[in-house]
Amino acid sequence: MLDTLKLPDHHYLNDGHGLKSWLLTKDHKRIAMMYLISITVMFALGGFFAAGVRLELMTPQGDLFLADTYNKFFTMHGVVMVFFFLIPSTPAVLGNFLIPPMVGAKDLAFPRINLLSLYIFWLGAAFFFYALFSGGVDTGWTFYTPFSSFSSNTNVVPTALGVFISGFSSILTGLNFIVTIHRMRAPGLSWFKLPLFVWAHYATSLIQVLGTPVVAITIIMVFVERAFGFGIFDPVRGGDPVLFQHLFWFYSHPAVYIMIVPALGVMSELISTFTRKTIFGYSFVAFSSLAIAVFGFIVWAHHMFVAGISPYSALVFSFLSFSVAIPSAVKVFNWTATLWKGSISFEPPMLYAYGFMGLFLVGGLTGLFLATLGTDIHLHDTYFVVAHFHYIMVGGAIMGYIGGIHFWWPKMTGRMYSEFGARMSAILVFVGFNLTFFPQFILGYMGMPRRYHAYPDEFQVLNIMSSAGAGVLGIGYILPVIYLTYSLTRGKAAGPNPWGASGLEWQTQSPPVTANFTEPPVVPAEPYEYTPHVAREANLV
Amino acid sequence: MSVHIAPKSLYISIFGALMVLTAVTVAAAFVNLGNLNAPVALAIATLKATLVVLFFMHVKYSSKMIKLVVATSLFFLTILLTETLMDFATRGWVAIPKLMH
Repeated sequence: MLDTLKLPDHHYLNDGHGLKSWLLTKDHKRIAMMYLISITVMFALGGFFAAGVRLELMTPQGDLFLADTYNKFFTMHGVVMVFFFLIPSTPAVLGNFLIPPMVGAKDLAFPRINLLSLYIFWLGAAFFFYALFSGGVDTGWTFYTPFSSFSSNTNVVPTALGVFISGFSSILTGLNFIVTIHRMRAPGLSWFKLPLFVWAHYATSLIQVLGTPVVAITIIMVFVERAFGFGIFDPVRGGDPVLFQHLFWFYSHPAVYIMIVPALGVMSELISTFTRKTIFGYSFVAFSSLAIAVFGFIVWAHHMFVAGISPYSALVFSFLSFSVAIPSAVKVFNWTATLWKGSISFEPPMLYAYGFMGLFLVGGLTGLFLATLGTDIHLHDTYFVVAHFHYIMVGGAIMGYIGGIHFWWPKMTGRMYSEFGARMSAILVFVGFNLTFFPQFILGYMGMPRRYHAYPDEFQVLNIMSSAGAGVLGIGYILPVIYLTYSLTRGKAAGPNPWGASGLEWQTQSPPVTANFTEPPVVPAEPYEYTPHVAREANLV
Repeated sequence: MSVHIAPKSLYISIFGALMVLTAVTVAAAFVNLGNLNAPVALAIATLKATLVVLFFMHVKYSSKMIKLVVATSLFFLTILLTETLMDFATRGWVAIPKLMH
């Protein structure tokens, strides 16, 4: 049947040609595609630094890089991956592309501000590239003071300004989503008929709007301390370095949820579509996104248990940190319950979803080890922490993002990709990821500290396993770039709804016209309606 | 959407109040109030910010939704201050004495 399908004559990709039509576009879909290309470049750059780190750690001696160069490699890996890839990833690409059609709108509420956010992102990235080419930065992605504000003689200021500037891009994206979701929903599309992807992005946007200004101001404080000698964080000048950590983590812990919550939204869409069932406990899953957003703001000092904070406040933060496990677990349990008696299939996007569930579970549960005061003293600043947050960030956020790209690629480009290639990629990513990061749990437990370029001989076997896994993981990530790019010209036409999914975005042609819909979308009575009637319309039976 | 137009005189008097409060801040800086130095300066600054938000930013005349947005941001600011101060206020406390010996 697919062979008979053709790409529509008019769609957003051929509505205007030439560079100018892209750079001055107000179409959320084109802006999303430009974000996609931009962050893919940044992902490759971050991957390059990760490769350097893993190559150095194949031998116990620091023989590939000098210690200072190694410090710069892990710092720039972190800065690129966190601020220039993960934070924009799902919201700026998938959210930007999908929220308007999902709510039945022509575009986001503020199309020009949407384009502005992309330019701001590029400006921030330009500052980062300036820092990179003038010698890099070595503070760690966390910019801890007083090292960053006083001691480091690398390019702290341009890097920090790059992060500061790109933060505004994130704020504007969040603002746009909040207003769009409030004001632009199609008639009849009430809050509890919205896809859970939209709920997740609403929660994420709240964090972006409320949290990002705090890190922006904190970075300015580092800047004035470094440039003008103000005593804010430097104890010699009457400041308090731990205050920096409070302010930094007030944003950066919720920032973890900026990265993961949109991926949780992707997961709900994938699981519902490929089990052909409504999500078990829709309202619980919807509100758990909001709960994660709010709880995420009250737990930050679990990053600082050994930084010299008051043990009494550490006790409270430890207790509060456990609270985030509740809404996270609600999601995992509800997805599992959705699978039960579902018509489960193993399409490529769903393979990513299965991978996500396993890895997110491990990442979440190992977080509890670190939220516990006693075990954290043993595990703090070891490879256990590195493994834990990579299970969340890579195993969770990136798996969700790439799963989402595979799910909506036919909508974004109108074409299908190589199913075999996609299955191989999903499997390689899952296997490579576990091989890379599971040994790091053991290394950390055995006491290998993070951020050193040399280590005792007995850690070598596990480190070689980790580096080998990183190679497999790298191939798993390069594959989609190849077959997705190939599909742009050679892929079979996908048709409006290749997966037989229920969302409004599947009611329009693929790729959509610039205004998204040629006729007003029909709002279903319930979200995720997979009744026989809907299946018949989608040509599934 | 109705637009509330406040009389010019109101804006002028708010501006006057802000100027007076600035003068008070400067004056207070010359008086040594001990531990109260920072709280007094912050209290005056908060009062000024409140005037700006309510009148110059029109929040006093805005919809409930706008008021909710402002209240939400204040709520999160409260979280930031309370939990940070929770550390600073108790950092000097000694651990349970009996266990130390």
